[in-house]
This record gives sequence, C-alpha cells and structure tokens, in this order.
Amino acid sequence: MKLQKATQFGLYAVLELARDPSRQLSAIEIADKYGISSNHLAKVLRDLGRAGLVDAVRGAGGGYRFSSNSKRVTLMDVINIFEDIGSEASGTSDLGDGTDIGRALLVICNEIDEITQATFGSITLDTLLKTMRWQRDVV
Amino acid sequence: MYSEDRKFDIKLRPAEVDDLQKIIDLDTLVSGIEKKTYWEDRFDRLKSADSSHLIVAGSLDPKSPDEILGFIVGEVRAWEFGSRPCGWIFAIGVSPDYRVRGIGEKLFDAICESCKKDGANSIRTMIARRDQLNMSFFRAQGMMGGPFIELEKSLR
Repeated sequence: MKLQKATQFGLYAVLELARDPSRQLSAIEIADKYGISSNHLAKVLRDLGRAGLVDAVRGAGGGYRFSSNSKRVTLMDVINIFEDIGSEASGTSDLGDGTDIGRALLVICNEIDEITQATFGSITLDTLLKTMRWQRDVV
Repeated sequence: MYSEDRKFDIKLRPAEVDDLQKIIDLDTLVSGIEKKTYWEDRFDRLKSADSSHLIVAGSLDPKSPDEILGFIVGEVRAWEFGSRPCGWIFAIGVSPDYRVRGIGEKLFDAICESCKKDGANSIRTMIARRDQLNMSFFRAQGMMGGPFIELEKSLR
C-alpha cells in the first residue's frame, strides 16, 4: 500500500517532533532532514496543529512542538487527518462491483483493508519510536 | 522463581491449583465469557507439559493476600507448518482495577523468559483484528506481524 504524500509528511513531522516533545523544530528543519518540500510540509503542519497534535511557536526562533500524548495517538489517528484509508464507506463504487466476480474481489480487498486499519490503529507514536530503538539496539 | 515488585504490591509466580477458580472469575470479568472447561484443561496441561506456562500476578497486600491481579498463559510449540520452537501466548488478563500499572508488561516479560528457557527464540500470539486494547498492548511490547498468516473458514 502507498500513503499519500501529505500523510507521509504528516507522519514524518509528528514522529520527528514526538521523538523529543521538549524540542521545537521549524518546517524547514524537518523538510531538510527528510528531503521534502518545506512549502508542502508547512501546510501539513498547519493541519496537524488544527488536529491538536502540534503547537506552533510564533516569533523569531519559532517552530513546532509536539503537544499531544504519544502513548494515546496512533498512526491511524494521524493518517485519518489526511486521508480515509480502507473504509468501505469511502470506497467509490466501481463498474463490475455488482457482479459475482466483482463482489468476490471486494471481499478480498476488504480483508486487506481491515488488516491495514487494525495495524495502523494498534501502533501508537510511542510504540513506533520504541520499536525503532529496539531495532537499532538489535543491529 | 519470578520477580517481586513491592512498588505495585505484586508477586509473579506460577499458577497453583487453588488459583483455578480465581483465574476463571478474572477471565470471565475481562473477556465476558466463562470458560470453566478450558481453564480446567489448561491446569491439567500444566501438570503434563513442561513447556506449558500459566503465570499469575498475585497481590502482596496483607489485606488481600490471595487476590489474583492478572494472569498470562502460553506454551512452547514447534514444527506446525514448519514453525521452529516458538512461545505462544493464549491469553492475558489484568483486573480492570489494576490496569496501567505495568502488571501486563511484567507478565509478558515473565512468560517470554519462561519460553526462552524452554528453547523458544520468539513469542507469538493471535488477536482479533478489532481487539485494539490487546493489539496495542502486544505492539507496545515490541510484537509485530510475523511470517505466518491465520486463515479460517466457516463450517456452518
């Protein structure tokens, strides 16, 4: 599966900030680290701010800071800000969906969607950051 | 045999025969389904299989010395569809009154240690897709999707 660019940037930004909640970073600093467009990231950060996940610090030396609870916020919570993945309601009806083969294929697609949602919904930001540390320690 | 943590007034120890009814009661409270026969079978298996483990978190509170605050059950299984010896967790339960105090984590660590001693190099479990509480708990312990996929078919 492939997440939309805005979703991916949102996850980069929120995880980068949640890594150290006391630290504030500008959109340019985060964009440089991940090699992504700072203009696009600035819009994404505004969306994250409206969702209450980050706080914008104004003025010289301003930037963004993580402002939520990393043990409660899941990857799915962040993804849902930018796109609706795997929800049957969001799926557009395609030609052929009403046929026997179309219905059988939909059952398989729904199975994959449910696994995707369960996976993203069960991983908190804290868990992902912790998993990264464990994987680094193993290497 | 297992660690003690007085900070949370718990003691981890292998389940004893006298714990059976308390575990049935706690499991019924946590899962909403009473499984008397299942737990009786599990206790029988503890006697017959060394690789079977049922660890309880007991209270160290002098006012309720026999209280069970949590349990975890599992065993080491091997060579099903080519799977190398692996610890399986069948169930975990913590009393709702004692959650978010690290009891589940301690139970998880204890069963990992027991399975490791029995030759397992990994630990596995199976969770309902919609069971976010347990799924998040196991993810937070470092568990991830493994190399096997659960498949099933309705027999009705």
